Amino acid sequence: MTRVIGSRLFSTALVLFGVSLVVFLLLQLVPGDPAVTILGSGATAGAVAELRSELGLDRALPIQFFDYLGGLLRGDLGRSLTVNAPVTDIMVPRFVNTMILTGAALLLCIVVAVPLGVIAAHKQYSLFDRMSMVISMAGASVPVYWFGLLLIGVFAITLGWLPTSGMYDPRFPGGVGDLLAHLVLPAIAAALVPLAVIARMTRSVMIDILAQDYIRTLRASGLSTSSVLWRHALRNALPPIVNITGLQVGYLLGGVVFVEVVFGWPGLGQQLYTSITQRDIPVVQAGVLFIALAFVIINLVADMAVGLLDPRTRRAVGV
Amino acid sequence: MSALTEAVGTGRSLIGTRRTPAGGNALSQADAPKPAWRLAVRAFSRDRMAVVSLVVLVVVALAAIFAPLLTSYSPVAGDPVNRLAGVGTDGHFLGLDGQGRDIWTRLLYGGRNSLLVAVIPVLVVFPLALMIGLFAGFRRSRAGEVTMRVLDVLFAFPLVLLAIALSAVLGAGLGNVMLAIGVTLVPYMARVAYTATVQESSKDYVEAARAYGANPLLLMFRELMPNVVVQLLVYATTLCGLMIVVASGLSFLGVGVIPPTPDWGIMTADGKNVLLEGIYHVATIPGLLILVVSLAFSLVGDGVRDALDPRKQTS
Amino acid sequence: MKDALALEVKNLSVDFHTDGGVVNAVKGVDVSVREGAILGLVGESGSGKSVTSLAVLRLLGSPRAKITGGEILFRGENLLDKTEKQMCAIRGPHIGLVSQNALSALDPSFTIGAQLVEVIRLHQGVDKAMARAKALEALDLVALPDSKRRMKAYPHELSGGQRQRVVIAIALSCRPELLLADEPTTALDATVQKQILDLLLDINAELGTSILLVTHDFGVVAHVCTDVTVMRRGEVLESGSVERVLTRPQHPYTQGLMRAVPHLRLDEATRSVPRADRRLFEFRTEDKEAVDVA
Repeated sequence: MTRVIGSRLFSTALVLFGVSLVVFLLLQLVPGDPAVTILGSGATAGAVAELRSELGLDRALPIQFFDYLGGLLRGDLGRSLTVNAPVTDIMVPRFVNTMILTGAALLLCIVVAVPLGVIAAHKQYSLFDRMSMVISMAGASVPVYWFGLLLIGVFAITLGWLPTSGMYDPRFPGGVGDLLAHLVLPAIAAALVPLAVIARMTRSVMIDILAQDYIRTLRASGLSTSSVLWRHALRNALPPIVNITGLQVGYLLGGVVFVEVVFGWPGLGQQLYTSITQRDIPVVQAGVLFIALAFVIINLVADMAVGLLDPRTRRAVGV
Repeated sequence: MSALTEAVGTGRSLIGTRRTPAGGNALSQADAPKPAWRLAVRAFSRDRMAVVSLVVLVVVALAAIFAPLLTSYSPVAGDPVNRLAGVGTDGHFLGLDGQGRDIWTRLLYGGRNSLLVAVIPVLVVFPLALMIGLFAGFRRSRAGEVTMRVLDVLFAFPLVLLAIALSAVLGAGLGNVMLAIGVTLVPYMARVAYTATVQESSKDYVEAARAYGANPLLLMFRELMPNVVVQLLVYATTLCGLMIVVASGLSFLGVGVIPPTPDWGIMTADGKNVLLEGIYHVATIPGLLILVVSLAFSLVGDGVRDALDPRKQTS
Repeated sequence: MKDALALEVKNLSVDFHTDGGVVNAVKGVDVSVREGAILGLVGESGSGKSVTSLAVLRLLGSPRAKITGGEILFRGENLLDKTEKQMCAIRGPHIGLVSQNALSALDPSFTIGAQLVEVIRLHQGVDKAMARAKALEALDLVALPDSKRRMKAYPHELSGGQRQRVVIAIALSCRPELLLADEPTTALDATVQKQILDLLLDINAELGTSILLVTHDFGVVAHVCTDVTVMRRGEVLESGSVERVLTRPQHPYTQGLMRAVPHLRLDEATRSVPRADRRLFEFRTEDKEAVDVA
């Protein structure tokens, strides 16, 4: 068992190395000189050259990369070019906020999509099934930012039920209730597309499983329909469902930029957006890196979960 | 071509045919198998949702192409006096935006950009991804495996995020956006082509041909590629739908098309500010169109996939 | 003297609604299982025999399958009048099912012990320890070796024959009066087939369980069954005791089926035909057409 985990961790580490390399290379493509950005366009050539040397920008590219990598491992992500602060100090609290939002959206997804898919599969061909699948298809095609705007328009502006933006009430911040009130709309907006995809996938997997022979054996043993459906069929459907959910987290993390921008949620995505417009390279690098890191780790966890869920793989690794 | 190769190619069993003396071929006297695509077209035409979606796409595309014929207003110059006029205003049936530009006109001209950015990268990357997938999947060479591993690294980035980052790096503008999206698509399409190739390679007809000593390159292009192309095509169609949403998203964030060029994403962004005043139509309408077109692409993709499913075809 | 009937199916009809139209899978079929007997329900693929047996338990699976007529009398009641909840109370304690496809008939995510215990606890309301003891009893009944260790095994860790024994154990765990066995040996090796069939014979002898055995193999019928009913294309053609039907078949189709069993030794006449032109057997339908199968 440890051997399997070990080899997965190793390949994950390789992927993370590749990710940091891609991020590093990506930002080498950015036109413009970071030193000029910091000093302003009116700076003298001498001052620029001095700053470049100070920032290590005049060294060979591979050396710059290894400097960068070393910094990463130490937890040093450089300093922001626009705000005079270490990138880490800026990013970590925002990362936490983004995780709160992503977590809420994921929870919403699972709680709604999986039962929806199970029931649709059970009542295949019924009106419920057809309607929910049509809505899922439409839901999967919705642009996140548009949906977010719509939610704000209807629930925050017109109906006034929920706040329009932000994470806490600026006048009386704090408290779980306040957080939840601000979390509702962004979480729904972020969750829509993955929810639709997971629901369809769940339905598809469940239909396949309900056609299996062992379902007939279970029913012939006198087990109730709900027991067969939720205790047995769903249990067998979990590996592919967990797998697809892990992949959809990727979509969640990608869409988080839009959601945070539209809702003014103070997370990584919003920071990324601002930093891109301001050409604050180190911050952009860190933002992309954080998100990729989160995605890789979540998928690793999902893969491990799938391995544990299927008795065949569990036995193969000796659990 | 001997009876064996022909049978392998068409997948029909040799049992039941009589071998005529050298020179003749019993199979050629039997009914020629109907070309698969004719059956597919028939199966597709029976799927109402798919047909309707295809019609929608064609209509939208035509409307975008023939925009100047359908409207006399300018998509960039506005009439500030009447800004934010609502739906059903005299002469502007979809209303005006914040700068007084006719929304219907901007939708039409914007459709050009939105559709281009969605479809062209997919089209361009298609052959590249096909080649990568075929060579990596069929030959199973070291180079192929390494390539797929490298592409795997790109999978660690959420697609949208990579598109945003690339777009930001390259700068705004139609060409840059198409390039950014194209690059982002390579691992996804290559992966689908690769998986399809690997699956097809393990099928019986390939084994038979290999045992028969068929030239591997020829085998790959004549037998394997058509099947892989078909699977990739289904994926590509759905991908176009996704790219419409992603591309408009990039424009929404300001890293896509440069204003005042119209584009459905930019139009939604324009609507964002007035939404807070309770004015809906500017933001809602373009988003709705994106939704419809994206859905249409998905349904067409599903329809094509179902039509090519041999179980659903009846003669 | 009329024997008591464990199961009496009268005039049963089942329709399948497919995209291509309605298929009458079963048309006005009468099947009776005498108490303590083993009835073989014989026919080719598509004859409706499996559908009939599944219909008894109302387990037709697809929502497109509809029972359109007839009665299924069991213990004096018509099963077609029962609600789903009532049927759940009958499945297991009174009627058991052994389905074909032994390899995939068990839930792959649960140990076989867990599956047995779940069924036993559901119908007999006993605690876990008691249920486990009964589960072991059931496994011993089907002669599964090393039963205690096997309880903790997953289905994929057992061989085909072992899995089929477990399926039979689950079906018998609540001591039903009637056992429906749907081609229980089709997916198994020849030697294992015989073991499973002998097991069914033992169960019938020791527990007195009546058995409805669905099969396409007349060899199985000859070996195991006391009575036989022949079906074709949804209809019953002939019915009676095994001795009578196998030695003096009255319906031409049955006669044809008897002749269709391939013989291991070729007779003089067949041996004289050159190999390339030999046919394994010729099968005449009542329309007197010879159908060649190469």
